[in-house]
Amino acid sequence: MPHPTYHGYETVIGLEVHAQLATDTKLFSASPNHYGDGPNRNINPVCTAQPGALPVLNRKAVEFAIRAGLATNCKLQKVSVFSRKNYFYPDLPKGYQISQFDKPICLAGWLDIEFENEPGVRETKRINITRIHMEEDAGKSQHLAGFSLVDLNRAGTPLIEIVSEPDFRSPAEAVAYLKMLRGILQYTEVCDGNMQEGNFRCDANVSVRRVGETKLGTRAELKNINSFRFVEKAIEYEIQRQINVINSGGKVVQETRLYDSARNVTQSMRSKEEAHDYRYFPEPDLPPLVVSDEWIARVKSELPELPDAKAQRFVADFGLPEYDAKVITSTKPLAAFYEKANAKSGNEPKLVSNWLMTEVLRMLKEADKEIEQCPFPAEHLGELVALIKKGDISSKMAKTVFEEMWTSGQDPATIVREKGLVQVSDPAELEAAIRKVLQSNPKQLADFRGGKDKLFGFFVGQTMKETQGKANPALLNELVMAFLKGEKE
Amino acid sequence: MEYPRHLFKKGWEWRALLRAKKISAKEISAEFLSRARADKTNAFLALTEEQATKAAARADSGESGDGALAGIPLGIKDNLVTLGVKTTCGSKILSNYVPPYSATVVERLKKAGMVPIGKCNMDEFAMGSSNENSAYGPVFLPQDHARVPGGSSGGSAAAVAGNLSVMALGSDTGGSVRQPASFCGVVGMKPTYGRVSRYGLVAFASSLDQVGPLTLDAQDCADLLENIAGFDPWDSTTQEREVPRYGRAVGQVRTDASHRAAFLKNLRVGVPKEFFAEGLDSTVRTQVEKAIDALKLSGAKIVPVSLPHSKYALAVYYVIAVSEASANLQRYDGVRFGPRVLPNGQNTTLEEMYESTRGELFGKEVKRRILLGTFALSSGYYDAYYKRACQVRSLIARDFNECFANVDVLIGPTTPTVSFERGSKTSDPLSMYLSDIYTVPVNLAGVPAVSMPFGKGEKGLPVGIQLIGAPWQEQKLLETVAALECLFDEGKGA
Repeated sequence: MPHPTYHGYETVIGLEVHAQLATDTKLFSASPNHYGDGPNRNINPVCTAQPGALPVLNRKAVEFAIRAGLATNCKLQKVSVFSRKNYFYPDLPKGYQISQFDKPICLAGWLDIEFENEPGVRETKRINITRIHMEEDAGKSQHLAGFSLVDLNRAGTPLIEIVSEPDFRSPAEAVAYLKMLRGILQYTEVCDGNMQEGNFRCDANVSVRRVGETKLGTRAELKNINSFRFVEKAIEYEIQRQINVINSGGKVVQETRLYDSARNVTQSMRSKEEAHDYRYFPEPDLPPLVVSDEWIARVKSELPELPDAKAQRFVADFGLPEYDAKVITSTKPLAAFYEKANAKSGNEPKLVSNWLMTEVLRMLKEADKEIEQCPFPAEHLGELVALIKKGDISSKMAKTVFEEMWTSGQDPATIVREKGLVQVSDPAELEAAIRKVLQSNPKQLADFRGGKDKLFGFFVGQTMKETQGKANPALLNELVMAFLKGEKE
Repeated sequence: MEYPRHLFKKGWEWRALLRAKKISAKEISAEFLSRARADKTNAFLALTEEQATKAAARADSGESGDGALAGIPLGIKDNLVTLGVKTTCGSKILSNYVPPYSATVVERLKKAGMVPIGKCNMDEFAMGSSNENSAYGPVFLPQDHARVPGGSSGGSAAAVAGNLSVMALGSDTGGSVRQPASFCGVVGMKPTYGRVSRYGLVAFASSLDQVGPLTLDAQDCADLLENIAGFDPWDSTTQEREVPRYGRAVGQVRTDASHRAAFLKNLRVGVPKEFFAEGLDSTVRTQVEKAIDALKLSGAKIVPVSLPHSKYALAVYYVIAVSEASANLQRYDGVRFGPRVLPNGQNTTLEEMYESTRGELFGKEVKRRILLGTFALSSGYYDAYYKRACQVRSLIARDFNECFANVDVLIGPTTPTVSFERGSKTSDPLSMYLSDIYTVPVNLAGVPAVSMPFGKGEKGLPVGIQLIGAPWQEQKLLETVAALECLFDEGKGA
């Protein structure tokens, strides 16, 4: 399959992901690593850079970085080194960020992604991961009229930065990778993956070149992209912008651009000339980080079930098709949702999977929401499937119930009861309705019996109407046919 | 006027009086505080009378135990943070800084029952060799007020030499404990890098800084080191090694003549030829030679050795130290603590605030070193300066290690000259830097070293002798110092 092209251009994309580690404390101090507390509550002499304070590396954070490296097929480095990255900003208390520079903890990993560049055409591709390194986050600045406020709660929070090779040729590939990566980090409990809180952030390096050209074009680095949808839109916009620049005789300049989601544009933030000289040098307050083989082996043995293993288990235990299993296990919360729903479904794993993949995921996508933000609990979906299975409601009714579940959050049994949606499965009641329909449509009955088979659907429809849509469809089909053939009167 | 030296009591002598209940810690504290209040040498930036009184009461009640330091007065260099007590680092940029925590060494000495007399004056951010770079005025040499006490721990050394405190803590990045100890005629030690916690020591050059004792003799030095040394979970560069009983070991050398004689007979002393090169004052040289002769006469083996790369030490030091300093001093930005300079009031931009705060509140030498360090780390220069300096540093360390394969200690002068007159070197930074030429290699190599007084040189001013030990061999080093003190007292230094 050739790469997607854009009017004679192809695009080259590399991604840098910052994932916040879900440790209890910060990377270099015992301050709580906790989001949402009042400003400057989770601070101490180390993360406020009091004179004389020194960093002490959080062992748990190292363990999380090892997990991430193992789950992304990286080569773990026995010795890695922290460096100081120097720049001035009020939310960077020390005036330098402690980060790994030329000797990161992980090198040379990969992930195999699945994506569709053309609707319906599924492809797979190996994306190479250059490196994973550990670093501390900065605080947050809030700029108000005439002054700014600094909150250091986030200062010193542990991050890993996962840098990919420029292996992506379309926004769809980039998004597929990000989703997979986030899934893995959630599975390994390394990062909670919450993009709104900034726990999983992405910068994209985007360039374009004429099809056939082997040299890379000049790239722009896109920052501030905080949802999968924005990743797609920001890259799309940037590709088009760069092509327009070239087509109108201009040159793309190397720069950092911010994505403005409200206006769906990228805007120049700083040019290459304005880029900082970070004056990296090895952090003298921390000895080199040594990771033993034993440590790696122990972390490996304690690694939680990864998406691939879970998908295989779903195929084996629930008889799901491989495709369903892959989609459902793509994120840990989605897999958990499925397992909870399935437990309530009365042993209908495939039906639960159908409802989850078509209805639930479609609605979430339309609302640009995550499974954690689904307006009803997983158990309700299972209960809905159980009602269908018992024959209490038809699939068609189930759609109405589902929509109500989505808007009200109520459980399906209550919705069915309150809306009088219970399916009519009483043959006597259905037969009476059929008789009524046959009596009022003598011509169509004669035509059917004269060979117009297609009219079967007409009679089913009319009878369904007569029962206000509550008829059990399977039973109705059976009875209508019996009446039409004259087996019943 | 020099305080008559024979009237000085060492820490262990005060302890004997305290144990015999001939005096109380409260009385000692009051005596030293009153002398410190009357001080004319500007050794202290602040006196901590309240803390001193409380600590003395604790010592008198027995709450602080019966250790070697309970009830003994202590001066604390003002780059060691003290909870609730202003810590300025000799700089205007921290003129109002009251730390929210105490340095590990300060905590440990508080627990040992020491009585904090005050915060000692110093060169701003420990950058200087004469104490003329303090934003709060220079410290005078107690023996001659027209001269400098050395730096950067000039206040700590002057406090001990002037009998304003019994002991003091300093910090040594390139000689900042040993050089002032030498000028002031007291004992000053830089321990092995990683022996003493730096948590709460305001960083100058993190890979070189080490807290060290300033005392009247080897015994006090050993007692103080024993109480501050050891692993600290808050400082990842300290090592989990057992701390020997330095005090007991030194006590035995000091009091047991036959033990001392045996110790000296087994001692191998290296004499690095590079430490006796051009620029060494002849009166200093004479004293060092007297010490070598005294050791030789006592049966010690004297071995000529060489530290071939030490000639690069000063250059290497002034790349590495300033590079680390340029990063360490970035936190002084007017945002979180310290005064903030806003040239245009509420309309001052962030950049203007940074520039004015740092431009106006840092002193000249500090700014010089920040500029040098920023340059050395810049893109395009890093390999030629910082990286190259680190490579040479490892060669310097290797020289020392090779020497210590054959000898126990190295001996030489601490500084090329005795104390110089105030103002004589301030206009020539290079000549000022040269006063650290013998001390700087020790920090680069990370090994321990002591400066001890050994008689008088030019104009009757104290001469310091530097003894350098192998890594972690502080005990052997202090035993040697104690033995030499005895030889001196026997008249071998005159």
